[in-house]
Amino acid sequence: MKIAVLSGKGGTGKTIVSASLSAVNQKSQYVDCNVEEPGGYVFLKPDLRHSVPVHVAVPDIDEEICSGCGDCAGACRFHALTGADKQIRLSPEICRHCGACYMVCKPGALTVSERTVGVIETNDDRTFVQGRLNIGEFSAEPVIKKIREYIREDVASILDCSPGMSAGVIQSLRGCDYCLLVTEPTPFALHDLKIAVSVVKRLGIRFGIVINKAYADYSPVRDFCENEGIEILLEIPFSEDIAAGYADGILPVANNPEQTECYINLYRNIRERAGK
Amino acid sequence: MLYKSLQEHKGASRKVKRIVFISGKGGTGKTTLVASLSRIVSSKILADCDTGTPNLHILAGGQVIEERESGETNQAVIDRGKYLSCGLCRRICRFGAVSENYEVDLLYCAGCGACTVMCPAGAVCLEKTKTGMTYIPDTDKGLFSHAISGSGGDVAGKPVTGAGEKTGSRIGGEEWLLIDGPSGTGHSVIASVNGADAVVAVTEPTKSALCALERVLAAANRFHVPGYVCINKYDLNPGITAEIEDFCRQTGITVIGKIPFDLEIVSALCAYKTPFETGLLNITSEIEGIWERLSYRLSEAGR
Repeated sequence: MKIAVLSGKGGTGKTIVSASLSAVNQKSQYVDCNVEEPGGYVFLKPDLRHSVPVHVAVPDIDEEICSGCGDCAGACRFHALTGADKQIRLSPEICRHCGACYMVCKPGALTVSERTVGVIETNDDRTFVQGRLNIGEFSAEPVIKKIREYIREDVASILDCSPGMSAGVIQSLRGCDYCLLVTEPTPFALHDLKIAVSVVKRLGIRFGIVINKAYADYSPVRDFCENEGIEILLEIPFSEDIAAGYADGILPVANNPEQTECYINLYRNIRERAGK
Repeated sequence: MLYKSLQEHKGASRKVKRIVFISGKGGTGKTTLVASLSRIVSSKILADCDTGTPNLHILAGGQVIEERESGETNQAVIDRGKYLSCGLCRRICRFGAVSENYEVDLLYCAGCGACTVMCPAGAVCLEKTKTGMTYIPDTDKGLFSHAISGSGGDVAGKPVTGAGEKTGSRIGGEEWLLIDGPSGTGHSVIASVNGADAVVAVTEPTKSALCALERVLAAANRFHVPGYVCINKYDLNPGITAEIEDFCRQTGITVIGKIPFDLEIVSALCAYKTPFETGLLNITSEIEGIWERLSYRLSEAGR
């Protein structure tokens, strides 16, 4: 079973929810898909023994064979290849590795070369997997695609997604059985929640809501869920203890039996709704 | 009030000073700080470059005076009357965008056109599609530009540089351009920092935020733009606040301000008001102090 935890707005508590869900369930795998800014390791403190670079294919131009015709630059929709005065230049950071350039090159001047764009790190039994994108890289997608190879089929995988609704997030949601949307009772979070809900509905994945830091008497989030027929699976009241623990990298389930009970129930409810 | 649309403006005599606000980790208070500054900085334009999930307009308000399609991409379309079910497009597509039924899922299609090159029946073509919209509302706190990208659309760079460029000229004498930057540490953050006069990283005293701060400052550092740090909710954890201050000292970054936490700020946000409007002296004086220090340093730097 694959559960994606996402939010739209950053800072609502995706990591604390996904890491807690994983922590209360021995037979689970935590997968950090927030490759620009992985954060689960702060709380789960894994022993990361394995590190695998993520390579992508970019074209290498053999200047002796290249005729300077510019067909490759014409085929490149991302302007990674540009040609002027019969000189073809590559900007490797914006190459999307689609392969169109190789297909149109008649002299066969392009060969496949590898670039490293990030890394996948895991512990021994892969109960913890994280992807890390190198700073400045254009797209998180190659790292997220690679992460998916490490998702285990024998246990539940909890995917901690990036904030926002970028192509990287969409890639993370692919093939998931359930989406857990973590929100908070503020206008910013509601705005972004609506965006996230529209995408998850578009993808046709079952989903439910967790309202985190439920301190304010702000009803629009609950009203939205009620009007749309969206199930609120859990409300976590704002707690200074939880906030203090979070700041120090401590999960609420580490020292709070009530919170542990909440997450055990949450996991069970997700399983039922995902039909697993 | 008469004003010109951004595209009509000509002949800016002096370049507006750009300050980009970033965070690395979400929820540290970046947008809230920009919204607060919008209440005290009189001569400014606002731009929200967090295009996937923009929030600044929620507090800035205003009536939209201009909207335009921003950003365009290509998407593959398969002609149902021509395709041969040979499967070549499905094998070629590196983005997994072609389904078993030979339908292109536009959420995954990157518009590369590789499928159009190889299709033996010429059944695939690329069509242009908009990736987002830019809105320009006129608010009682100044001119403001924000953009929203289509969900899942890979618009890193386009609306970011677009929103920044559109507001790059000096309009009617505005001195400052305050940019609510994208979250994360990726390409879109770097694109928003490029050409800025200063970067302010808004952080909070949590281990998660400190890790993110190190990464986002490394990303921003590529352009040698002066960097500052603002520690929001600083009194929630004095120990980690001290760690952040140590990190800044070691890396030569100035802590431009430390804003205390108050639940009244949350209530204010829920009432669509910024922290500056809470009237809490410890909050308002700190925000004013941040602006005083920041504007002074940038004005001095420009001499």
